[in-house]
Amino acid sequence: MKRLILGLVGVAAFMLAGLQAEAQQPKRGGNLNFAISAEAPHYDPHGSDTYATLHFSSPFYSTLLRYNLSKFPAIEGDLAKSWTVSPDKLTYTFTLHEGVKFHNGETLTSSDIKATYDRIRNPPQGVVSTRRATFVDIESIDTPNPNTVVFKLKTANSSMLDHFASPWNTVYSAKDLAADSTAPRTKINGTGPFIFVEHVKGSHVAGKRNENYFKKGLPYLDSYRGIFTLQAAAMLNALQGGQVLAEFRGVSPAERDRMVAAMGDKLRVEESSWTLNLLVLFNNEKPPFNDVRVRRALLMAIDRWGGSTGLSKISTLRAVGGVVRPGSPLATPEADLVKLPGFSKDIKSARAEARKLLKEAGHENLKFVLWNRNLAMPYTPAGVFLVDQWRQIGVEVEHKQSDTAPYIAAMQSGNYEVAIDFSNLFNDDPTLSMTKFLSSKNNPLNLARYNDEEIDKNYELQLREGDVQKRKQYIQALEKRLFEQAYQQPILWWHRIVLSHKTLMGWKMSPSHNLGQDLAEVWLNQ
Amino acid sequence: MLMYTLKRLLLTIPTLIGVAVLVFFMLRIVPGDIVEVKLRGDGGNVTQEVVEQERKRLGLDRPMIVQFGDYMWGLARGDLGISMWTERPVIEEIMIRLELSLEVAILATIFATLISIPLGTAAALFRNTWIDYVVRIVTIGGLSIPSFWFGMIIIVSLLTFFNWLPPITFTPIYVDPVANLAQLIWPALAVGYRYCAVTARMIRSSLLEVLAEDYIRTARAKGVYERLVVSRHALRNALLPAITVMGLEFAFLIGGLVVTEQVFNLNGIGQLFVQSVSRNDFMLIQGMVIMIAGFYVVINLVVDLLYAVFDPRIRYGG
Repeated sequence: MKRLILGLVGVAAFMLAGLQAEAQQPKRGGNLNFAISAEAPHYDPHGSDTYATLHFSSPFYSTLLRYNLSKFPAIEGDLAKSWTVSPDKLTYTFTLHEGVKFHNGETLTSSDIKATYDRIRNPPQGVVSTRRATFVDIESIDTPNPNTVVFKLKTANSSMLDHFASPWNTVYSAKDLAADSTAPRTKINGTGPFIFVEHVKGSHVAGKRNENYFKKGLPYLDSYRGIFTLQAAAMLNALQGGQVLAEFRGVSPAERDRMVAAMGDKLRVEESSWTLNLLVLFNNEKPPFNDVRVRRALLMAIDRWGGSTGLSKISTLRAVGGVVRPGSPLATPEADLVKLPGFSKDIKSARAEARKLLKEAGHENLKFVLWNRNLAMPYTPAGVFLVDQWRQIGVEVEHKQSDTAPYIAAMQSGNYEVAIDFSNLFNDDPTLSMTKFLSSKNNPLNLARYNDEEIDKNYELQLREGDVQKRKQYIQALEKRLFEQAYQQPILWWHRIVLSHKTLMGWKMSPSHNLGQDLAEVWLNQ
Repeated sequence: MLMYTLKRLLLTIPTLIGVAVLVFFMLRIVPGDIVEVKLRGDGGNVTQEVVEQERKRLGLDRPMIVQFGDYMWGLARGDLGISMWTERPVIEEIMIRLELSLEVAILATIFATLISIPLGTAAALFRNTWIDYVVRIVTIGGLSIPSFWFGMIIIVSLLTFFNWLPPITFTPIYVDPVANLAQLIWPALAVGYRYCAVTARMIRSSLLEVLAEDYIRTARAKGVYERLVVSRHALRNALLPAITVMGLEFAFLIGGLVVTEQVFNLNGIGQLFVQSVSRNDFMLIQGMVIMIAGFYVVINLVVDLLYAVFDPRIRYGG
């Protein structure tokens, strides 16, 4: 009897496992509707910096390498079947998949890779290449045969593989670019899993399965439609009503809670730290912010650890971190971070020290305007939080929130005192995140308007360093200098929350909303 | 009448030129640069060289007077220019959205007309009775409740009670009338309620005034049926101020439904307007301002002509 029961239990367990395996087996077919919370101004990722372009264009294109989102930040091949890096790190050789076809039927060769990267690093007249600077170290690109492409560098660059895996560097046809180098802004011809069907301005973009996609068996979906929902409330309603099955950028905790309450177990919630942060920056050219004591006092008054607890309940802000995303391989550990100005957990002592510094600088009754963008999430809570933190050391702050255009105009012209800025990254590579902190004499991205040779030197050293531990030391040295001089500093890093219907399968969560949007492995469990 | 119409139409030309000149220079005073927003608005690490190149490509590096000359020459040829954001013709950007906005405005007007005339008339005829009180409560509700909020209530109710939402992508009425109406009837209802309330109150007060006129007393004294007194003599006159209000409301609905469009995820002119302002896409803003100004001018003309239809005493000379 005992044996019989055990046997029955065994059979039942086996059947259950079989059913689960069947449930997880991707199904082909179906149309996916998902929401995109912004509309791309054009179709060309080379000349764009908004995620809206990637959520629009990624399904149509491939890149040379890409991030393996299951093992982020590991890199894997996309069009490249394999690659090698020479010991001196000056030569990168890529072997391409064979028989890859563009949507117009032409075969992809190494010339297409060369033409694409030439367009990025030396954009012809009329072409905008926003990441041109990331490829300045490339000396030449050779194509010894149709399936091999060789990049030779002038000098070693520890971020190079990350640049090759960038989702923005979509591969175009050499023939198309020769005919019209600006064509990718308005026409789509890629090698991606989906073929462009239509873009109805202000409404949606649609794609259908690429039957000749080079990754066999993919994509699973017959078609998809990315619907522009510019208002969060409209997007959430559409999600609840089942008109869209997901929005892949991210929502706030309050929005998550509302949807969980409304949809219950029909909803999947995925969360991750995010490669975005808000920064507070001072106009280092404008008195009294040209005095390090004033800047440092203001940073020391911010209780990031307490703020993280409170703000994470109402906004997308959460993690306390330095210049590299907290928790990522090159980030400064918390034990070291708390020793830096602005990160102390003993906020009482830090604020006492801050008051002392302001008194020394002769600015006990400091008043200034804090510039911020008029975007509710998470700029408004961040601004309100800072105003409150500074009030606690006797500083009076006017919170000025403005539209993006006048905000950027004020930042660029230096017509501001203190501001909240934004760092939008797609990976954890410190070169990308630290470019913002380089001296302003050669760097228009440095809105805080200072020059610091020590920061520049450490940036260059980490960029050229192959040893991870040494690289980490240079990054931490840069961070220490930046925070001690209190030029600018991250307030908090964002937390990503993505909501989707449980029928949507195969999409992978990552710390960046710019990654993993080609939809090749997405399928519908219906 | 024909001469009058022609004269009024000719007068729209200097009006629109004035609007174009004013908008062109006012927008240039506003701080902000679309190229910066485009390339750095999302935190982009873009060099100054790239920004300058883009500015040059879009022709923004040219002296303002040259840009103005180009713009006015384009206008003279009916060319509103190119959107600085999408680099598509402004007219194309507007036309994609205009169909939807016009349809919402028309549906809301139909709804408001069908409801407001009987409501306003009933309230005036049964002044200070329960009918009047009900109409007053309903219309005060329409005036007090913002359209977007009413829209949100409609959406939440549809979701809660029917687990259904109107479509969020636009289908033209000639492609699928059912899908089209399923999407647009709700926003039309949301904005039409306020529209209807304004018009009904206007008809009520106007009708009360007209009903106290001597010629109404005379008509009644002559033994004309009360129904005819109201419909033929009183209501026609009482409708004149309501027509003015309806004309202005209609013009407003074309470009002014910003929040309601957002609530229903409608791809309309209002949303486009707000987006272009936040991006500083002044070519598109100029195009839309001129278009909306044109609508106001034409609708005012139509309203003036309707006066003559409803009140035979009004005659427009050459």
